[in-house]
Amino acid sequence: MKKAFEKPGIALLSRCLAYAMNRHRSKLLMLGLLATATYANAQETFPVNGIADPRERCFAFTHATIVKDAQTVLNNATLVIRDGKIIDVGPSASIPKDAVVLDCKGKYIYPSFVDIFSNYGLSDAKKGGSAWNAPPQFLSNTKGPYGWNQAIKSEINAADVFAVDDSKASPLREIGFGTVLTQQQDGIARGTAALVTLATERENTVVLREKAAAGYSFDKGSSTQNYPNSLMGSIALLRQTYLDAQWYKSQTGKEGLNLSLQAWNNNQQLPQIFEVADKWDAIRADKIGDEFGVQYIIKAGGNEYQRINEIAATKATFILPLNFPGAMDVEDPNDARFVSLASMKHWEMAPTEPAAFEKANIPFCLTAADLKDTKQFLANLRKAIEYGLTPAKALEALTKTPATLIKSYDKVGSLETGKLANFLITSGPVFEEKTIIFQNWVQGHKYSLKTDGWNDIRGVYSVTTTPGGTYNVEVKGSVTAPSIAVLQQDTLPGKLEIDGKLVSLSIPLAKNSKSTVRLSGILGATNWEGTGVDTSGNPVKWTASFVKAIPEKTDTKKTNAPTVGPLYFPFNGYGWEKLPQQQDLLIRNATVWTNEKDGVLQNTDVLIRGGKIAQVGKNLPAGNAKVVDGTGKHLSAGIIDEHSHIAISSGVNESSQSVTAEVRIADVVNPEDVNIYRQLSGGVTASHLLHGSANAIGGQSQLIKLRWGQTAEGLKVDNWDPFIKFALGENVKQSNWGDRNTVRFPQTRMGVEQVYVDAFTRAREYDKQGPNKRRDLELDALSEILNHKRFITCHSYVQSEINMLMHVADSFHFRVNTFTHILEGYKVADKMKAHGAGAGTFADWWAYKMEVQDAIPYNAAIMDKVGVITAINSDDAEMARRLNQEAAKTVKYGGLSEEEALKLVTLNPAKLLHMDSRMGSIKVGKDADVVLWTDNPLSIYAKAAVTIVDGVIEFDRDSDLQLRSRIATERNRLIQLMLAEKKKGAPVKKATFVPDEIYHCEDLQGGHQMGIVF
Amino acid sequence: MKKKFILMGLALGLHSAYAQETISPAGPQSKPVFLFGGTIHIGNGKVIENGSIVFDKGKIIAIGTLVPPASASVTTIHLEGKHVYPGIIVPDSDLGLIEFESVRATIDAREVGEMNPSVRSLIAYNTDSKVINTLRSNGILLAQITPKGGIISGTSSVVQLDAWNWEDAAYKTDNGLHFFMPRQSGGGRRGPNGAEAPKTALDQVEGVRTFFREAKAYLQESKHTATNLKFEAMRPLFKKDQKLFIHCDLVKEMLIAIDFAKEFDLDVTIVGGADSWQIADLLKQANISVILNQPHSLPIMQDDDVDQPYKTAAQLQKAGVLYCLSNEGFWQQRNLGFEAGTAATYGLTKEEALSAVTINAAKILGIDKQTGTLEVGKDANITVSDGDLLDMKSSVIIHAFIQGREINLDNKQKQLSEKYHKKYGL
Repeated sequence: MKKAFEKPGIALLSRCLAYAMNRHRSKLLMLGLLATATYANAQETFPVNGIADPRERCFAFTHATIVKDAQTVLNNATLVIRDGKIIDVGPSASIPKDAVVLDCKGKYIYPSFVDIFSNYGLSDAKKGGSAWNAPPQFLSNTKGPYGWNQAIKSEINAADVFAVDDSKASPLREIGFGTVLTQQQDGIARGTAALVTLATERENTVVLREKAAAGYSFDKGSSTQNYPNSLMGSIALLRQTYLDAQWYKSQTGKEGLNLSLQAWNNNQQLPQIFEVADKWDAIRADKIGDEFGVQYIIKAGGNEYQRINEIAATKATFILPLNFPGAMDVEDPNDARFVSLASMKHWEMAPTEPAAFEKANIPFCLTAADLKDTKQFLANLRKAIEYGLTPAKALEALTKTPATLIKSYDKVGSLETGKLANFLITSGPVFEEKTIIFQNWVQGHKYSLKTDGWNDIRGVYSVTTTPGGTYNVEVKGSVTAPSIAVLQQDTLPGKLEIDGKLVSLSIPLAKNSKSTVRLSGILGATNWEGTGVDTSGNPVKWTASFVKAIPEKTDTKKTNAPTVGPLYFPFNGYGWEKLPQQQDLLIRNATVWTNEKDGVLQNTDVLIRGGKIAQVGKNLPAGNAKVVDGTGKHLSAGIIDEHSHIAISSGVNESSQSVTAEVRIADVVNPEDVNIYRQLSGGVTASHLLHGSANAIGGQSQLIKLRWGQTAEGLKVDNWDPFIKFALGENVKQSNWGDRNTVRFPQTRMGVEQVYVDAFTRAREYDKQGPNKRRDLELDALSEILNHKRFITCHSYVQSEINMLMHVADSFHFRVNTFTHILEGYKVADKMKAHGAGAGTFADWWAYKMEVQDAIPYNAAIMDKVGVITAINSDDAEMARRLNQEAAKTVKYGGLSEEEALKLVTLNPAKLLHMDSRMGSIKVGKDADVVLWTDNPLSIYAKAAVTIVDGVIEFDRDSDLQLRSRIATERNRLIQLMLAEKKKGAPVKKATFVPDEIYHCEDLQGGHQMGIVF
Repeated sequence: MKKKFILMGLALGLHSAYAQETISPAGPQSKPVFLFGGTIHIGNGKVIENGSIVFDKGKIIAIGTLVPPASASVTTIHLEGKHVYPGIIVPDSDLGLIEFESVRATIDAREVGEMNPSVRSLIAYNTDSKVINTLRSNGILLAQITPKGGIISGTSSVVQLDAWNWEDAAYKTDNGLHFFMPRQSGGGRRGPNGAEAPKTALDQVEGVRTFFREAKAYLQESKHTATNLKFEAMRPLFKKDQKLFIHCDLVKEMLIAIDFAKEFDLDVTIVGGADSWQIADLLKQANISVILNQPHSLPIMQDDDVDQPYKTAAQLQKAGVLYCLSNEGFWQQRNLGFEAGTAATYGLTKEEALSAVTINAAKILGIDKQTGTLEVGKDANITVSDGDLLDMKSSVIIHAFIQGREINLDNKQKQLSEKYHKKYGL
């Protein structure tokens, strides 16, 4: 029974012929049978080669179980279609005389599925980005009156370039899809998507809606233009384009025709679909939508279950892919080491994503996108159902929800009169493993997927041969591959082969007998009959008649959803199962480094209440507070890293232009970076996350507290004076970027000054423009600086440029708040003091580039002694874990007192960040950000024993030990599961060593610039 | 004596008018020096309180609790409350080969080509590098200068840091050949990337093996029509006059390194060894030593113990593996003592941590007969600190001697500091 009723080769050929004919056939003359449509003699512009062959394609599917939609099931009902549409459906639907009737007894009919995230019939986007070492490209190279940025492709319409492609349609029909929303998946704005069916017919009839949605992403796709080259740049570009489009619409613009903005505006009425890579990007996209009054439909990345509450808060509808990750090959323990617990847990939990959405009541649909092998779709869907997704919800997510989202539920998504004849005929409930999808009808065209098993011939038959006798023969096994046995004293296995309606049987008559009765015949509607030979080779006639059915063994064992490990917040080996709470704490009997007038207090208690320092003194009553014994230990204010690049997603530099004041680190904070936890173990409680130093005016920075387990928003420090990163010197003038990068202005320190003068001149004039001006995000940020609402921290090295920037600032009447790196600050400390600039510097770095040849480790001490507010910072995820040691170097180099040295990483950075009223010292009323050290905090022998942020114990050595053993246990559990998966024969991926991405100042997304950092 | 006062003055933050950016090497030791009254850290774990140490003609001649003679023929230095240590030894550095990391003209550390056993670092070592003085003033007196390009990068030498030229500097010439093993597990900056990476990397290692086999065979025959300089350069290695330093970090790479040692009967040291804690017993058993990656590193994997790199040294110590500590780069080497300090915070005793940057390094580099501890007969390579050498808040070097010569502890950075202290009247 391996052969199909219809030979596949022939099926394909006939389908191709039909397609070829249809393309050149006049449209059918429609009879006015439908009340809803009156068809005139439909003429057509396409000529016919040959004889016209008009058909109405009227079919009736009777006696079926019709699942009209996820809520409505009609038993023993009929579906009638004509000319590609449903004309009647129901138990009492009348069957037109000209209908071809197909008896669907025992069959199920479902609306076929709708996928609203596809690029069917479109070419794959070219790999983007500029070639390695290519010269910069500042503007779009799209030809025509389009916008400035090549990644904004709003003018692209999928319908314009759509071409029917049976090789792509066929696999989608196989898994039950009939309609897809197809989109050129290329660029940040991707233009419009077309709603098309998967019929292999002429495009004119297949396209249902020319423009059914508009698409967006953070990925610039095939654009070869430099901007944007970071996630924060993509976000800024989207925001600015919304503003530009509004401005363009208001007709005040004098830039002339801009087809990109024009299309952008036109596309706004459509449903807006945003593709993201992960949960955090989903939240980022939604935030942009909120700003501009757009509710995106979000195509998810697959790990949203990890933050389902935050995902629910977006109020978006999601499109969920089912490309669950495969197991890694962890057989070799030395390879297993390279698989993180987080990725193993994601492997285990990814199939829970749809169920998590259902449980959280977040509307969603499903897509076959992202699957390497489309065939995997139904298997993965069943897996999702196994992990808790209900079948009804699954059906809704494949029919009504997507159809409704793109305003096409009048056409597809359920089986109702007037809708397209897009439906599936199956052997049973569509998502069950044994169920066969026999046929997928698209616009009234039949696509036969499987014919085996359409007729369930299983049962007990009475076979009579003449001459000969009568035998009871059992046809059993699966419906698609039945087998036979002869019921004598023993049950004797025979042979059965079915080819279309032809059947051959081989019946043994005795146990171990070598000769058999061999019969050949046809499967009739009631009886089987034909001719054959008996065991002696004599000819016989035969008939077989159905006696009774074999009762089906029902699988009563109900399988429960598999249990999976707990979620961690953040989703990392060191994440919490339950977020720690703020609590009242009494640190008892410690040596307290107050950073205040009191200096260092011996045997002192510090009471923390409501996240603040409540009391400092001796023998304080504990009350309800938890007591932490500080005997023999030292308590200091938490370390504040004034210059950090941890916890940032997808690029720390928007390095494509010399001025990128519009980009914001706030948009790309990554609360899952394990370096947050590692730095807590080094006593860090707050980090100033800076844009890199690749351009003169970089992006806006973000101050965070190291609240491990919170979201990006939860990390951000509220009521903080916003800052922005500037940079001077070699990085800005691209000295170390290779020989091709010699065209971006500026290439000299002379040019750097002019960049600033130009930028602030433009900002000053922008400020003076009237209320109808085009809002410019870059100039907004610069204007804030001019108006003392945003403050500068500037990467700087040599004295000339430091001096220059202070002059520029003076001439525009603002102040440079902080010079960071500032390795020649000691040469101009007096001028900095006079200007009011502070300094954040390295303890002892030098010799890594030309402009640090005069860097000295005495720098911090000299500036501090001159009266410049000075901090020591890291710019390095490793060094940040021991900033206390870096501060201690100022005792060695320059002779600062230990108390003063500690201030360089606590109180002084708080001052530089305008946060000293809340952070930086142990003083009643300040935030309870404190560290309990095992030793003098300036000693190399000191470890942070407990790190507290806002009264929450974020790190302590004992819990850390417990986490290590939890990691080991959980890793082992998952490794065993992956091994079992491999043993079952599932494909596994080789584990390779992928180092975590760690950023420094000069790093571009995806790699280090020329191997030089800082 | 006058010179000594100047140096002490500098160390105390006073300013000498004689400071020059170009700092001269000291002349040979002219008379015996008697260091008296300090805490002497021998380097082998022993400590002598209120000890004394005498050296002459560059060699240590006595150590203990002797009282100095009142004689003008002996220079006596009183060190009550101070700490005396063997000079710190830097392994695996491109000191003197690079002046500015970003300026190509100043970089002589990486030759082109994959197999360059005949390339020698010593001749490119620039004794006039401004960086060297900033190391000496932190107690670092010797360094192994390592070429770093390709797979077989060439031959390193150990230098002492007070020299007129590289010939003077040579302390142990051509002490080892360096093999930078391509990353055997994909990822990272070294070696191939992508799905095929592990296989490609393994093929590259096989290429090295073949190269070694051919070299060994070549050296069996004394007469060749054409001389192969690469193979000729391998002669001392196979004679065990040289060590093979295999730079690698992951377990499989280290297993390959052990196998190399066995197949070719070589004296092998692993350089890097970030994951050496996982196979410490195997390393001990195979008698393979480790120049350990700097403790001030991030853990390799996000699930690793957050303090793993800090405590790896203690794990090797416990297993009895011969190891020493290293640091990245060249200018960074001035912090090598603090790398040891951190290792002491995470499991080593302070004296073990000291050994990890002195005698252990000397053993691994093959110079332990001459230096590495303060013992009679060894070179007087001595550093004197105001406080604990391994803790930055107290590590202030007040004297240093290389082969008995008291070296100038001034450097360009001190001079700039002094210049601007003056400007501001500080």
